[in-house]
Amino acid sequence: MDLAYTAEQQVFRAEIREWLASNVPQQSLQSFDTAEGFAQHRQWEACLNQGRWGMVTWPEEFGGRGCDLIDWLIFEEEYYRAGAPLRVNQNGIFLLGPTLMEYGTPQQQARILPKMACGEEVWAQGWSEPNAGSDMAAIRARADLKGDRYVINGQKIWSTRAVWADWLFGMFRTDPDSERHRGLTFILVPLNTKGITVRPIPQLDGLPGFAEVFFDDVEVAVENRLGDEGAGWQVAMATAGFERGLMLRSPARFQETARRLVELYKSNRESAQGDPGVKDAVIRAYLDAESYCLATYQTACRLGKGGKIGAESSTNKIFWSELDQNMHATAMSILGARAELLPHAPDAAGVGTWLDGWLFSQSGPIYAGTNEIQRNIIAERMLGMPR
Amino acid sequence: MDFTFSEDQLLFQSSVRDFLTGEVTPQRIRACWEREDGRDPALWQQLTELGLVGVTVPEKFGGLGMSELDFVLLAQECGYVALPEPLVHTALVAVPMLRQLGGDLAAQWLPRIAAGEAKVAVGLEQNLLVEDAHTADLLLMQQGDAWYALKPEQVDLRHNQSVDPSRRLYAVAIKSAASPVATGVQADALTLAALDRGALGCAAQALGLAQRMVDLAVSYSGDRQQFGKPIGSFQAVKHLMANVAVRLEYARPPVHRAACSLAHGDSCASRAVSHAKLVACEAANLAAKNSIQVHGAMGYTWEVDLHIFMKKAWALANSCGDTAFHKARVADYILSDDAALGAGATFKIKE
Repeated sequence: MDLAYTAEQQVFRAEIREWLASNVPQQSLQSFDTAEGFAQHRQWEACLNQGRWGMVTWPEEFGGRGCDLIDWLIFEEEYYRAGAPLRVNQNGIFLLGPTLMEYGTPQQQARILPKMACGEEVWAQGWSEPNAGSDMAAIRARADLKGDRYVINGQKIWSTRAVWADWLFGMFRTDPDSERHRGLTFILVPLNTKGITVRPIPQLDGLPGFAEVFFDDVEVAVENRLGDEGAGWQVAMATAGFERGLMLRSPARFQETARRLVELYKSNRESAQGDPGVKDAVIRAYLDAESYCLATYQTACRLGKGGKIGAESSTNKIFWSELDQNMHATAMSILGARAELLPHAPDAAGVGTWLDGWLFSQSGPIYAGTNEIQRNIIAERMLGMPR
Repeated sequence: MDFTFSEDQLLFQSSVRDFLTGEVTPQRIRACWEREDGRDPALWQQLTELGLVGVTVPEKFGGLGMSELDFVLLAQECGYVALPEPLVHTALVAVPMLRQLGGDLAAQWLPRIAAGEAKVAVGLEQNLLVEDAHTADLLLMQQGDAWYALKPEQVDLRHNQSVDPSRRLYAVAIKSAASPVATGVQADALTLAALDRGALGCAAQALGLAQRMVDLAVSYSGDRQQFGKPIGSFQAVKHLMANVAVRLEYARPPVHRAACSLAHGDSCASRAVSHAKLVACEAANLAAKNSIQVHGAMGYTWEVDLHIFMKKAWALANSCGDTAFHKARVADYILSDDAALGAGATFKIKE
């Protein structure tokens, strides 16, 4: 055990820091859940890709640098320190990308990954249906193979980024007589295909961050199937695994929130001390963010030595989502009467982006498998409790 | 950057686990409770023969010359079985303090410790009372900014009963005048090191205790039937255990980091220890709370083994610095002007 960065890792950190310093937009972009903001973020992805910083862990042939997970964590640390824009294509680069590398054909990889890496094709996800939320195996949207095409009918919901995205990946029932996890197939669908209707759904902040997607006899070429027919569940689990894992929610994000929380406490100390619980919550925020970082590095090192992630990865989702909620709740307490004000309200001085973060933190325990489902997985698969 | 244990360290852990789970059974612990001194000399002899008593004693004095980092996984295993013998205290506090003192004290006592011929207890003012002072052949005692090395005949002991019948705590009064073995800056360094290593020992044991309580409750919830099925199949029961698993999963890495920092003498070691102690003891407290709940009325009895582990967890939570002490150390740092916080500030750069 040696908990220090090597000289090479330091050089890598310096390189990304320097690049970000001269490339991160001076003015923050608009939310990617607006048409204009979406375009701005797409442009930023292209810029990142030009510097070959789009996905450093990807192989060089797909625009990456072939970096290991420690380098990935370093990249994320610098990215969040620099206040760089959120990743509009996170469904693609963090979730589908790694799945494609595992299950995609060479042709699929060559066609999809480069365009994903530069933001030319932004991806939405299509998991949930009105009657298949936590119970994802209840999926009913059909894809019937007719010749060399699938004909899709049905409905998806809570499709993140679907309003302006170019493609959607999701799971469809290809065997009409199948039940539960069997007979599902993972299919990639261009969102401009005839027969698709996207109905935006405004989120807590009023912006359409997700959508309902209706499929009426939507024809998709069979080449857009990822993995074997009927193997959708297995392929999707790989994606869900990445989603829970270190790609999507690396510790840097939460450590930066914890740092900002400490600053908020220090600059509002007088009012913050009125509630004795606040100081404790600030200490806890720092400790938990630090624990999350340590655990992630430990896992990354273990994986680097050929270890595997097991059911214990379900603890990850619960830990970061509760941490995020707690930190923002503490910030709201410190801000007191100002906490409810939207950032552009005339008397909202000093509220920063805490309210946005607070709203977003409400989604953490719900998306990517609710925390209740994660607790079931932990109890049954990690602890071996009876079903 | 390598946050993994070596094959050797993991192998040692596994063999110690096999030994401890085989030998230190709840029955044997209960038998210890019945003894006047609460200790099991045969067990100490076995631990000595395995090299565990002298694990941190330098090789030239007959030990294995291992570090805090080598020992931390073993301390977890000691927690897992709620070992009553003062192995963690000896290896992490007493021996390193003698190494720090050096000279005749080290040369005289370290070989005897490694050989299982002598026990040394360390009394920190932070702890109010001294663990295992009654079986110590030498007492290293802090009095303000001075440390004393005392023989049993130089002190009066007053036994204080702990909630954990395995813990033997004593108020120590120095009878005869003695000259200190360390004062001033040197004494402060001894105090800080003993406190940090002791707290690391508590944290590592807390991890093992938490795991044991989870294992006991999970096992019980699989056996106990109500409404025609095992209670462990109910979500309300599952989630109690899952919540412990989450806290425990994220308490281990801070403890391992603290051990590594202490072993390497990092400047952030004290802060890392406080972090480790807080989160590990919190995980153990949650394990106790939720495990007794899963056991129902059985968990509230003397007869069911769960309390052996709960009580040790409760005791360790405020030993070697209570929650307030460790939180204050963390708060002083993060609220200071030169604190390095945020992304990228967790680890240092290799020199």
